[in-house]
Amino acid sequence: MINPFIGAILFVIFAPVLGGLVAGIDRKVTAHMQGRVGPPILQPFYDIFKLFEKESAVVRPEINFYIFCYLVFLVITGAIFFAGEDILLVIFALTLAHVFIVIAAYASSSPYAHVGAERELLMMMAVEPMLILAAAGMYVATGSFFVGEIIDFQLGGGGLLVTWIPLLFIGVVYILTIKLRKSPFDISTSHHAHQELVKGLTTEFSGPTLGMYEIAHLYELVFLLGFVWLFFAGSPLLGIVVVAVVYFLEILIDNTNTRAKWQFALRSAWLAALVLGVINLVALVLGIIQPGTLGVL
Amino acid sequence: MANITKSPWIIHYDGSSCNGCDIEVLACLTPLYDIERFGIINTGNPKHADIFLITGGINHQNVEIVKNTYEQMVDPKVVVAVGICATSGGVFRECYNIMGGVDTVIPVDVYVPGCAVRPEAIIDGVVQALGILEKKRAKLAAEQGGAKK
Repeated sequence: MINPFIGAILFVIFAPVLGGLVAGIDRKVTAHMQGRVGPPILQPFYDIFKLFEKESAVVRPEINFYIFCYLVFLVITGAIFFAGEDILLVIFALTLAHVFIVIAAYASSSPYAHVGAERELLMMMAVEPMLILAAAGMYVATGSFFVGEIIDFQLGGGGLLVTWIPLLFIGVVYILTIKLRKSPFDISTSHHAHQELVKGLTTEFSGPTLGMYEIAHLYELVFLLGFVWLFFAGSPLLGIVVVAVVYFLEILIDNTNTRAKWQFALRSAWLAALVLGVINLVALVLGIIQPGTLGVL
Repeated sequence: MANITKSPWIIHYDGSSCNGCDIEVLACLTPLYDIERFGIINTGNPKHADIFLITGGINHQNVEIVKNTYEQMVDPKVVVAVGICATSGGVFRECYNIMGGVDTVIPVDVYVPGCAVRPEAIIDGVVQALGILEKKRAKLAAEQGGAKK
């Protein structure tokens, strides 16, 4: 295991670069799926730099502070994760970050942002049980909540984490669509539907404020891909391949699905957490699932 | 730094257009013309937009809406009048309810005449607007730099 500080510092410095490239490839692949040429791969960087060239104008000055907190807590979320620290702390920091973006949207007093903020709260509710159950599953399988020890367990002959908690992995991929704000669950704010509720959560943010939000989103993207990778950390290269496949599937689902209602998003996410999560946990506790049970990997 | 010319976001407003020009604006988004390859996004939100595309002349009912939308946009910003009605009022010029072209209400930077205007002409107009946008950005940066000193 590498020095925890190195992991955290590498994340803080390189996550926006990696996240921007992934987002750029995302837009290119999306365009090709729609039969278009699409923007350059570096487009997310142009967008963010442009936003910082714009005049700063906010409805209320404190919104800038809330968005800054959103950015800082997402950086902390990823830094804790890549430092190999407690996965529960990671999940709580992630939730706290999203609380700040919701407060920022409410503070703007815009009806569109209000609807976006309420939907974002619902999406947080939808996602949370699955994340907590995933953390619990990791603990039952490996005996530790610490990301570093979960990786060491896998490298030390414990088998890939996904062979212990395969159903939880499927559940996490399911809620990943909500977290990445991809269709059918791009309910609070959307990358594509720019006229949907104007822009939901981010309607009233402009210029540098929106730029901070976009950077935060890149940090979140890299952290979420890291979370998926953790299930395959015992074989790092396989993990990267799986992350690429999962992200491609997200793009495919994004482009082939219409937007769902929030009721469906909430119910299906909770149902996935309840069915997949609980079955997997019970099987794990009873000792039904052992690595290799599935006959793969 | 001229990132603003690589990532111009557009808000499109239908003044009192017959919808001909609006269809052509939306045609720019289709795979055939795909303006997203220039980084252009149709935002529908004045606070995110850099370029204000208006089709159709301005009438007495929407004059306040056009002014409000323009004022909500964050500097630097440019206005493109798309279609002959937006540039001068067109055939509706003498109508009792029409005030005339967009420039009777807000300053217009680029005029794109046509009835209905071709998508190629819209893209050409937007690309010309990018040059003006960059000049405005440089001016704004100079003013802000001066203010700080």
